[in-house]
Amino acid sequence: MKKQPSHIDKNNAVISIRNLKKSFADYDVLRGIDLDLYQGENLVVLGRSGTGKSVLIKLVSGLLKPDEGSIEVLGKDVTAISDRELQELRIRIGFSFQNSALYDSMTVRKNLEFPLVRNRKGITRSEINTSVETVLDAVGLSQTINQMPSELSGGQRKRIGIARTLILNPEIMLYDEPTAGLDPITCIEINELINEVQQRFHTSSIIITHDLTCAKMTGDRIAMLLDGQFQRTGTFEEVFDTDDSRVKPFYDYNFIE
Amino acid sequence: MDTIKSTTRPAPSRLSKIRDKISGFFIMMYRVYAFILRFFKEVFVPPYEFKEVLRQCYEVGVRSFTLISLTGFIVGVIFTKQSRPSLTEFGATSWLPSLVSIAIMRALAPLVTALIAAGKVGSSIGAELGSMRVTEQIDAMEVSGTKPFKFLVCTRVIATTITIPILATYTAFIALLGGYLNVSQNEGTSYSAFMEQVFEPLTFIDFYASLIKSLVFGFTIGIVGCYQGYNSTKGTEGVGKAANGAVVTAMFIVFIEEVLIVQMAGWFR
Repeated sequence: MKKQPSHIDKNNAVISIRNLKKSFADYDVLRGIDLDLYQGENLVVLGRSGTGKSVLIKLVSGLLKPDEGSIEVLGKDVTAISDRELQELRIRIGFSFQNSALYDSMTVRKNLEFPLVRNRKGITRSEINTSVETVLDAVGLSQTINQMPSELSGGQRKRIGIARTLILNPEIMLYDEPTAGLDPITCIEINELINEVQQRFHTSSIIITHDLTCAKMTGDRIAMLLDGQFQRTGTFEEVFDTDDSRVKPFYDYNFIE
Repeated sequence: MDTIKSTTRPAPSRLSKIRDKISGFFIMMYRVYAFILRFFKEVFVPPYEFKEVLRQCYEVGVRSFTLISLTGFIVGVIFTKQSRPSLTEFGATSWLPSLVSIAIMRALAPLVTALIAAGKVGSSIGAELGSMRVTEQIDAMEVSGTKPFKFLVCTRVIATTITIPILATYTAFIALLGGYLNVSQNEGTSYSAFMEQVFEPLTFIDFYASLIKSLVFGFTIGIVGCYQGYNSTKGTEGVGKAANGAVVTAMFIVFIEEVLIVQMAGWFR
């Protein structure tokens, strides 16, 4: 399915990252990166394993603290706000984890209800049910409502993980390897779901992946993370129109040229 | 085809490994201290997770109930049986209920309960939180606007601290029942006579010391299990280590606490 044109507001950056640095022990993962995510945009971050792609979105959501630099999300500097403000900000950000991170001890319904019940004080049972049914319908898995996560397939778990983040109506979505470990048909379904989420819920997204089909299908813009910095940024064609030996193998492997 | 330069780092030397282990120990001590401090900092701040605490109390109770019932009864029977020959030698068999009650109330009930709970509950908490950590469920909770420390750690520590003294009281009752059945069968002692002798040597200090001991044991089992699980790393291997570490460390600390509290209770007698 071809991606629908996105309504990107280039005057409104929902995420602004400046001179971001992060290291673990003596290993510099991010070496001063700058990045803007615009309102309504799907930005794909590509890079080799261990180059700090997941670290980047964990920094954006405040799960990790940077060594240096600023991360402004929806007008608030994640590195400088209080715990309470960070908690409030996180409700506006949806985070889809690589392994879905569904709560094993809860049914699909309980998984979806959990963020709602905890963040919307005074919400009624019928409102909860409506929200759960709406997001389950959005990901096309209404029939799984009473199942346990262990009874779901990899693709279903991914979808439920996305549904759980959508239930709080986030303005920003962060996808960590959304197609990792899935078969090609399920990958296409997930890519279509990411685009549908962008269109239907008007979200801006960062998609972390090394699946170029996913990048091509979902990305309005691609940013290539190499040696701790964004070396190439642009459309899919712009990024891969190069003989750079650090970039070319990605294309060659994914499209077997 | 062009190749990409590898980013693999060189292996650390033996000296740096030793240095890392030493510094790792002190870092761990600091982390445990910070973890306990964080518990006390967060536990009194709203919102209070009463529902989850109740659920965890139920979990802790249910998980250990059968084993504690069985073990408590066996401990009572065996201790009575093993003590009888020595007392018979001195012609003091009538002191058997008093001896059994002192041993059970002062030491056996809290200790046996704590050791069973460390094995059943501590390992379960360590494995559950460890698994949640390595599968990013704790991170998922955090990014969805819930404080996982409060929801997962505080509730479990409160639950073990409340439930283990209750279980220890139950263990004492069951162990005394085991003792009574044995004494009744061998000496023909009536229930009222047995109970009278059970409570005769006991003082309030014994009850208070046992209660405080159980509270401390409960807190220890909860906090150690949660610390191990919450800070678990390295995938499924880490989950196993967390579960194992929760049991071994909690049991070790429980024995140290037993010695210290017995000493302190002795000062008040």
